[in-house]
Amino acid sequence: MNFISRTGATLLAPAIENAGFAMGVAGRTLARLHHLPKRRRLLFDQMHLGGIKSAPVVLFVSFFIGMILSLQLGFELARYGQQEAVGLAVAVSMVREMGPVMTAVILAASVASAMAAEIGTMRVQEEVTALEVMSVDVTSYLVLPRILALTLMAPILTIFANIIGIVGGGIIAYTQLGLDFDGYVRNALSALSDRSFAGLPRSVYSGLIKATIFGFAIAVVGCASGLRARHGASGVGESTRSAVRNSIILIIVLNFFLGKIVYT
Amino acid sequence: MIRMIDVHKAFGKQKVLQGLNFEVDEGQSLVIMGPSGSGKSVILKHLIGLLEPDQGKVEVLGQTVNIHNREALQRLRMDMGYLFQHSALINWLSVYDNVALPLRETTSQSEKDIRAQVEKVLGLVQMEEAHEKLPSEISGGMQKRVGLARALVTEPKIILYDEPEAGLDPEMSASISKMMRRLKEELGMTSVTVTHSVSCAVTVADTLAVFEHGQFLIAGPPTDVLNSDHPRVKTFLGAALD
Ligand SMILES: Nc1ncnc2c1ncn2[C@@H]1O[C@H](COP(=O)(O)OP(=O)(O)O)[C@@H](O)[C@H]1O
Ligand SMILES: [Mg+2]
Repeated sequence: MNFISRTGATLLAPAIENAGFAMGVAGRTLARLHHLPKRRRLLFDQMHLGGIKSAPVVLFVSFFIGMILSLQLGFELARYGQQEAVGLAVAVSMVREMGPVMTAVILAASVASAMAAEIGTMRVQEEVTALEVMSVDVTSYLVLPRILALTLMAPILTIFANIIGIVGGGIIAYTQLGLDFDGYVRNALSALSDRSFAGLPRSVYSGLIKATIFGFAIAVVGCASGLRARHGASGVGESTRSAVRNSIILIIVLNFFLGKIVYT
Repeated sequence: MIRMIDVHKAFGKQKVLQGLNFEVDEGQSLVIMGPSGSGKSVILKHLIGLLEPDQGKVEVLGQTVNIHNREALQRLRMDMGYLFQHSALINWLSVYDNVALPLRETTSQSEKDIRAQVEKVLGLVQMEEAHEKLPSEISGGMQKRVGLARALVTEPKIILYDEPEAGLDPEMSASISKMMRRLKEELGMTSVTVTHSVSCAVTVADTLAVFEHGQFLIAGPPTDVLNSDHPRVKTFLGAALD
């Protein structure tokens, strides 16, 4: 018992401390949203670095995800003679789950890691300390543009991921399941027509809300890991690793709870 | 102008400062020498409010340095410059933007005024060219000089130098020392310098101190300290002279 509680404490204490630090970073960032006008340029730089540059990978992966969904769901549906419904199945899976989650996982691997490495390197080379000494607001200068950029880019990339995924599914439906492409698209769109909020179908907006929250969370984890980097190059490696690991865990856990909130 | 009163600091079990006392008057220059890892940078970090003493008091410009009072600390830091051991230039900003950064971030001066100020300090450290270069594209000695320009651009009253000669060839090291001396003589700058170079110490020090085991072993005019009979001081400085 003693052993278990001690092990638990040594494992949990750093996790709780990390989470607390990350929440502090998030809070300080939100408190500085009004600095945005003067951080415009940094924001656009980060949107370019964080978003546009990961677009090819996001699109490539989404295309394959769409094809996989179509193939697997199509064959199952065909057993019940329901293969026409594959458009609906792919569209709903893509828009609600796979689009936002896969985009976020790719952003975690490519952008959160880059943020942790960049800021971590600045930390261990005392560049962050230099900013503090010069009375430069580190949150406003380094963190705000990164977090905001990813919060904006994640849903935008998700929209493209959804479209490409559905198109990928359609190609499989046409070539492997013998469906006609127009029918597939009509079926897919009908699945997304349960308008419920500002003219947006619930599947679509719930996916985009998720994507936005994922983008924010990933960037917070990336920046927080970087700011806590210690002990030279190995510290930067460790902070990069933990940024990717923690943001992927966070995406999966948030995905469950957000799904539950929207659909119940 | 700068005062440390009975300052203690430990990191876990490691006692780094153990009742350190010293004072630096306006326009004066204190140079601290001591073994690597003994806590010299820790002294400088206390002066600029990056670390908080466990016990004792740090006073700068007549105020107690309180790292929890953000606003007072910021105001104090406006009057202080810090030259980092490894320059700590922002790696993705050009030389010009690095030096302009403190002005852009903490004042509302126009770009035109900023340009004038930046060009002045870059001239002072003889770095008029290379405005558009990135820190990674210039030599260590040039990075040090840009770091110095950045520390000077807000016209501080006090400047803290952490191993200004580290990683530089003897010629460049001597030229930095001369620059530090000129700043003191021409601008009346007060300074605290940490260095491993006896020649740097002799060039810039009014007071030379040898620091070990959390305290000054000796402090006084450089010639006195260099000729001291204190056995530990003798072996340490003797080794530094070789
Ligand atoms: N923020 C810190 N946290 C923990 N230990 C520190 C910290 N800063 C310095 N130290 C430790 O204090 C000692 C003195 O460091 P430092 O002042 O950098 O030495 P130096 O005299 O070479 O400048 C070192 O052992 C270092 O590991
Ligand atoms: Mg040091």
